[in-house]
Amino acid sequence: MTGRRQASTAGRFGDHGGCYVPETLIPVLEEIDRAYRRLRRDRAFAGRLRDLLRSYVGRPTALTYAGALSRRWQRRIWLKREDLCHTGAHKINNALGQALLAQAMGKQRIIAETGAGQHGVATATACALLGLRCRIYMGTEDMRRQAPNVYRMRLLGAEGEGVDSGTRTLKDAVNEALRDWVAHVDDTHYILGSALGPHPFPTMVRDFQSVIGREARRQILAAEGCLPQAVVACVGGGSNAIGLFHAFLRDPQVALYGVEAGGRGPTLGEHAARFDGGRPGVFQGTASYVLQDDDGQVVGTHSISAGLDYAAVGPEHAWLHDSGRARYLRCSDAQALAAFHDLAACEGIIPALESSHALGALDQICPQLPQDGVLVLNLSGRGDKDIAEVARISGVTP
Amino acid sequence: MNRIDATMQALAATGRKAFVAYITAGDPDLERSEAIIAALAEAGVDIIELGFPYSDPMADGPVIQAAGERALAAGTTVPGILAMVARLRRRTQVPLLAFTYINPLLRYGVERFVSDAAAAGLDGILPLDLPPEQDRGLASAATAAGLALVRLVAPNTVPARRRTLARSSSGFIYYVCRYGVTGERSALPEDLAEQVADLRRHAGGVPVCIGFGIASPQQAAAAAAIGDGAVVGSHLVQLVAEHRQDPQVAAIVADRAAALAAAVHEVAR
Repeated sequence: MTGRRQASTAGRFGDHGGCYVPETLIPVLEEIDRAYRRLRRDRAFAGRLRDLLRSYVGRPTALTYAGALSRRWQRRIWLKREDLCHTGAHKINNALGQALLAQAMGKQRIIAETGAGQHGVATATACALLGLRCRIYMGTEDMRRQAPNVYRMRLLGAEGEGVDSGTRTLKDAVNEALRDWVAHVDDTHYILGSALGPHPFPTMVRDFQSVIGREARRQILAAEGCLPQAVVACVGGGSNAIGLFHAFLRDPQVALYGVEAGGRGPTLGEHAARFDGGRPGVFQGTASYVLQDDDGQVVGTHSISAGLDYAAVGPEHAWLHDSGRARYLRCSDAQALAAFHDLAACEGIIPALESSHALGALDQICPQLPQDGVLVLNLSGRGDKDIAEVARISGVTP
Repeated sequence: MNRIDATMQALAATGRKAFVAYITAGDPDLERSEAIIAALAEAGVDIIELGFPYSDPMADGPVIQAAGERALAAGTTVPGILAMVARLRRRTQVPLLAFTYINPLLRYGVERFVSDAAAAGLDGILPLDLPPEQDRGLASAATAAGLALVRLVAPNTVPARRRTLARSSSGFIYYVCRYGVTGERSALPEDLAEQVADLRRHAGGVPVCIGFGIASPQQAAAAAAIGDGAVVGSHLVQLVAEHRQDPQVAAIVADRAAALAAAVHEVAR
């Protein structure tokens, strides 16, 4: 696996990754790269992060045996409970790591983009804890869909900025955050929320999220006495998925499944399935699979889940896809919604709509495994933020 | 010789500085854009940067973002822009520089783009989000086709990198004189002269044009006095936005450009 290590030190994953940004950002990204490479070997930094993950985030998160799902699919299905993290999703793992990094670099101001609002809440939380100023960019369409998270960010002291340009979703929030950053490079760190964007973000975010897979691997070995046949996660930018996959990359017997948002159907613009309808390109600082038209314009996406509603996928996923190490499936809005209701009713867990996509692909994945095969699914977030939207779609007044 | 090099040399020979105008290609549509560009050339603009509209212009402020949205809504494509350039070449020999994000070029095919751009009569490419270490075959293709490759240098670009960027630039070096996105600002940065003097030490004789935030004739003249030329973009694009329904839009934009060009040309070396 030296090839992989070489690829990531250069910020490249096969043909993907890299650093495609205006010149003003190059010195800043190099500064982050240097600081990160120093701090990841720094015992005090690692200890501080580990303590916060334990005492503040609530790690390790549980690995829960899903009895009803297991009986139905006749496979042994375990849920990695990132929904139990403080703030309700895996996003806090990265937000805290990067906020500590920013503090170590002497940056007093934090900006971030958010789609579903989970990364915005996680970043606002980390900033409140560490006493950093915080501004969150969010598309106005996403603010409508995720109203409770907008208010949570305000309660946490963050300044929210609605983005009304373009498609008013995650990609436009990223553009606006990048514009803010090029204007304030001296005092500001941009906490990018997924394993996306220019180097070193895809590597750094993956490292901060890989705690998920390290815990899950240890937990499943303890619970089952063997490695799982498959691990499954939803893939927007792909940080929860790469965080889970990473610990299993060198276990060739473990199949890796990523699940993209199939939206309303296969027509370009109606989904966010980059491996199914996207083509290699460069978007927001990184080379990867991008949903774009024949003229290289990035197209709008659709997903019921704001957190998966993004036109590109993290470059390491693009590389895992090309190398065949991971397989990527799609799950439609309707399948995700059904899985959302199902998990709530049969396991007593309300999943995030993002995570519901991983659940909604079990019917495609389970037949690939032997009877009683073991599967670990990353329940990346809880669904509290989605309740109003699901009720609206279901025509119910909560 | 490449038209950009020829223009910069001719200006230098007569002791003058370059006035560079940015305009978004296809704004408000290709037909009116063509008229605006032709009028700019007649108004004494030395080099025209043609902004290629892109869905996600992360380095641009609201004015140029909106121009790109108008151009895309009007159906502007890369082949459409190249066809417009070919038509313009029957009317004017003003140097034309493609100011573009990289993804539309990757989709078109970098080598194919360079060859079609040269055939259409473009003189150079300024890739906004393609640092030299990424490249994607652009530098060698541009060299082979005789197109200039203009690189950006920012205030925070470290000395070693200034040298790398300057050595891989041709035509001119675009000095981004301030942090932030494109758009008008009230004053030039105080350390501009120092910054440009430093950049010149690394530039190996490649001319330095200064842009980002320059709007008034006074600012343009002040920037041109320090560098080899000044770039004005958002200010002209805003005029296009305000007068796009007016049949005289090309003349209105050209009048303003003429005033800017005159101010720059009055600056002596």
